[in-house]
Amino acid sequence: MANSGTQAMTGAEMVVQAMKDQGVEVVFGYPGGAVLPIYDALFQQNDIRHVIVRHEQGAVHMAEGYARSTGKPGVVLVTSGPGATNAVTGLTDALMDSIPLVVFTGQVPTFMIGTDGFQEADTVGITRPCTKHNWLVKDTANLAEVIHQAFHVATHGRPGPVLIDIPKDVQFATADYMPPPKAKVSHYQPKLKGDIDAITRMVEMMETAERPVFYTGGGVINSGPAASQLLREFVEATGFPITSTLMGLGCYPASGDKWLGMLGMHGTYEANLVMHGCDLMLNIGARFDDRITGRIADFSPNSRKVHVDIDPSSLNKVIRVDVPILGDVGHVLEDALRLWKARGRKVNKPALAKWWKQIAEWRAVNCLDYTPSDTVIKPQYALQRLEALTKGMDRYITTEVGQHQMWAAQFLGFEDPNRWMTSGGLGTMGYGLPASIGVQLAHPDALVINVAGEASWLMNMQEMGTAIQFRAPAKQFILNNERLGMVRQWQQLLHGERYSQSWSESLPDFVKLAEAFGCKGIKCSDPKDLDDAIMEMIRYDGPVIFDCLVEKHENCFPMIPSGKPHNEMLLGNADTQGVIGAKGAVLV
Amino acid sequence: MSPLNIKQGSTSHSAYDLRDPNGEVIEQHTLAVLVANESGVLARVIGLFSGRGYNIDSLTVAEVDHEGHRSRITIVTRGTPPVIEQIKAQLGRIVPVHEVHDLTVEGPSVQRELALFKVAGKGDARIEALRLAEIFRANVVDSTLESFVFEMTGTPEKIDAFAELMRPLGLREIARTGVAALARGA
Repeated sequence: MANSGTQAMTGAEMVVQAMKDQGVEVVFGYPGGAVLPIYDALFQQNDIRHVIVRHEQGAVHMAEGYARSTGKPGVVLVTSGPGATNAVTGLTDALMDSIPLVVFTGQVPTFMIGTDGFQEADTVGITRPCTKHNWLVKDTANLAEVIHQAFHVATHGRPGPVLIDIPKDVQFATADYMPPPKAKVSHYQPKLKGDIDAITRMVEMMETAERPVFYTGGGVINSGPAASQLLREFVEATGFPITSTLMGLGCYPASGDKWLGMLGMHGTYEANLVMHGCDLMLNIGARFDDRITGRIADFSPNSRKVHVDIDPSSLNKVIRVDVPILGDVGHVLEDALRLWKARGRKVNKPALAKWWKQIAEWRAVNCLDYTPSDTVIKPQYALQRLEALTKGMDRYITTEVGQHQMWAAQFLGFEDPNRWMTSGGLGTMGYGLPASIGVQLAHPDALVINVAGEASWLMNMQEMGTAIQFRAPAKQFILNNERLGMVRQWQQLLHGERYSQSWSESLPDFVKLAEAFGCKGIKCSDPKDLDDAIMEMIRYDGPVIFDCLVEKHENCFPMIPSGKPHNEMLLGNADTQGVIGAKGAVLV
Repeated sequence: MSPLNIKQGSTSHSAYDLRDPNGEVIEQHTLAVLVANESGVLARVIGLFSGRGYNIDSLTVAEVDHEGHRSRITIVTRGTPPVIEQIKAQLGRIVPVHEVHDLTVEGPSVQRELALFKVAGKGDARIEALRLAEIFRANVVDSTLESFVFEMTGTPEKIDAFAELMRPLGLREIARTGVAALARGA
C-alpha cells in the first residue's frame, strides 16, 4: 500500500478499479487473447456486470442504447485486431450522433507492436477519425490517469466515443493506481456559458419576431433533462412553434400544442414550411444536417438565424448564421429565459397570432395521411396502433434504419427526452436490436420496443442470444415488407423503377427463429388481428420477435427530394413523377 | 454589417466571423497550432486536413517546450474565408490542441523558411550563381569544383525567386523546411 489512496496493482486491475471509481455498472464486451488479464480481473469481482455479446458491433450499439437512455457513458471491452475493427461501425455511429462511450481494446504486447503479430491491428490509427479522442497506453503507470481523462473527454463538451488501447504486457505489469481526484483531467474544459451579448441579441430578436420557430436537435437531449425543461418553459412562455430533428425527438412533448412534428426530408409539411417561411430561426442544439436543409441556397431564405451549439466547428459550418452562440444548450437557455423575463416577457402577439393561423392552414393539409386498408397492414397503421396501445406506458423506442425509422419518427409520440434511440447521422442498419438490449438492461422494468425493418434487423440478429441470456425482454417489432423499403422507394422515384437488389429473398421464418433462440415469435398479417397481437407482445414476459407483414410497396411521405428546398415537398405518390433531377440523384 | 460589433476576422471569437459569405476568394493563411507533444498528434492534424479535404501548402513541426511537452505546428493552408474558419474550428476541437492562432489575421507576423539549393555548373554559369547567391545573402555550405550547396533563409517568395534564378544555372535539387512563423511584437 502506498500513501493516501494510491495502491499498487496490475494494469488489468486498474482498468476494473478505474471503472468502479467512474461509477460504471455494466460493461458490454467480448473476450479474446489480448484482453484476458482484464477479463480475469472482472471475474474476481461482483460490482461491475459484464454483458457478453455475440459480435463486437453489437456491444458498441448496446453501449450506445445504454448511454442515450441514461445520460451516462456506455462502456465496451473488446480484444485486439478483429475485436477492435468490428467496433469501428459503432464508434463512427456514436461520433456522428454525439453519444458518450468509453471503449477499451486489448493490444499485442508493446514489444510486438509493428511486427504484424497475431490479431494485431493499428487500432489507434484505424479509430483516430472515428473517435473523439483515443490513447495507446504503453506504460502501466499512466493507465489509470488516461482512463479518468477518457471518461472526462467522452462526457464533456460535445459528447462522443473515446478509445483506450492497452497492450497485454501493460495489463500484466504493476504500478501505483491513481484515483480520479488526483488525475489531471487535461486542459479539455469546453465553454458552457454562452456570450451574454449574443444571448441578449437573441432575446431582442425574439421580442420582435413575426414568424419565429424553435428548431431543436440532439444537443438539447445531450445537455441533460434540465435543458429540456428550460426549453419547454421557454416555448410555453413565448408561444413560439417548435420542431425538432430526428435526434431531438422528446425534448419537447409531442402532445404539446406548439409541436409541429419532426422536420427535414421526411418531416411534416407544417414543420418544413414553418422553417422555410420563418423570419427568426432559433437553432437550439441542432447542426443544419443535409437531411434538414435540403438545397442550401434556398434554405429558409428570409430568416435571421440564431445557432446555439457547444461545438465551435458546428457554427457557420453549413449555414451562415446571424447570431452564433457557443455554449451548452442548458446554460444558454437558462440565461436567455432569465433575460427575456427580466426584459418584460415581450413577444409580438398580433404577428404571432397571424403566424399560428397560417400554421393551422398547413396543419390542415394532414400530411401524414395515407390510404388505409382493411386487407393488408399498412406500416403507418401498425405504428399508429403501437402508439395507441403503448401510450402512457414507461416506454423506450429504438429503431433500425430506413422507412420504418421515418414512420416511427412520424407516428410515435415522445413526451420525454432519452426515450428515443435511433441512428441518425451514420444511418446504421443493425443498430436497433443491440441498442434495445442496452436500453432494456439500463431500464429492466420498462417496455422497450425496437421498431425494425426485416432487412436491418437481420444485420445484427445474433444479439437475440444476448437478449435471451440476460433476460432482456426487448420487443422486436419488425415491419416486414420483404423489401429494402427506402432503397426501393428511391429506385422507384429515381432509377426508372429498376429494383436492383432491393428485395429480401430467402427470409427466415421469424416465428421459428424466435423459438430457436428460445423466445416468443408472433406473426401478424391481418389488420383485424393486429391489436390483439401487439397486446400479446407487450404482455409476454420475455423477448418477442414480432413479424408484422405489411404492405410491400408503401412509400414514405412527405418527402423533400434531395437537392430541393423545403417548399417543394412531395405529399404522396401523385406528386412523384419526374421530380428529382440528376443533381438531386447525386445527393442521394 | 456586423450585428455583434466584433472586429472582422477576429479569431479569438472564431465562431463570430462575419465576413461577406459571398466573397468566395481563395486566401492563404498561416496557422500556428500549439499542441501537447504526445504520440499521434501530428497524425490527427494531418488526418483532419486529408479527411475533410483541406489543403496544406506547407507544414513544419518541432517540440518547442520540452518540459511542458509542447510542440508547435505551423501550417500554411488555403481556402475561402468560411473554409479557413472551419479549419481553425476543427483544429481547435482536437483534444491535444491547446491553441490555434491565425497569424494572417491576428496582426503582422514574420515568416521564414530555410532552403538548401544544389547548383552544378562550370565557367560563367558557376560564377553567375555565386554572384546571385551573394545578392540574396545565401551562404555556401558545400562546394566542389563543379557544384555548390547554398543555404538561404527567407520568405517563401524570396526562396521561390532564388530558385527561379538558379534553374538555368544548373539547379539540381532543393530542400525546403516549410514556413516557421511568429507574430511581431511582444
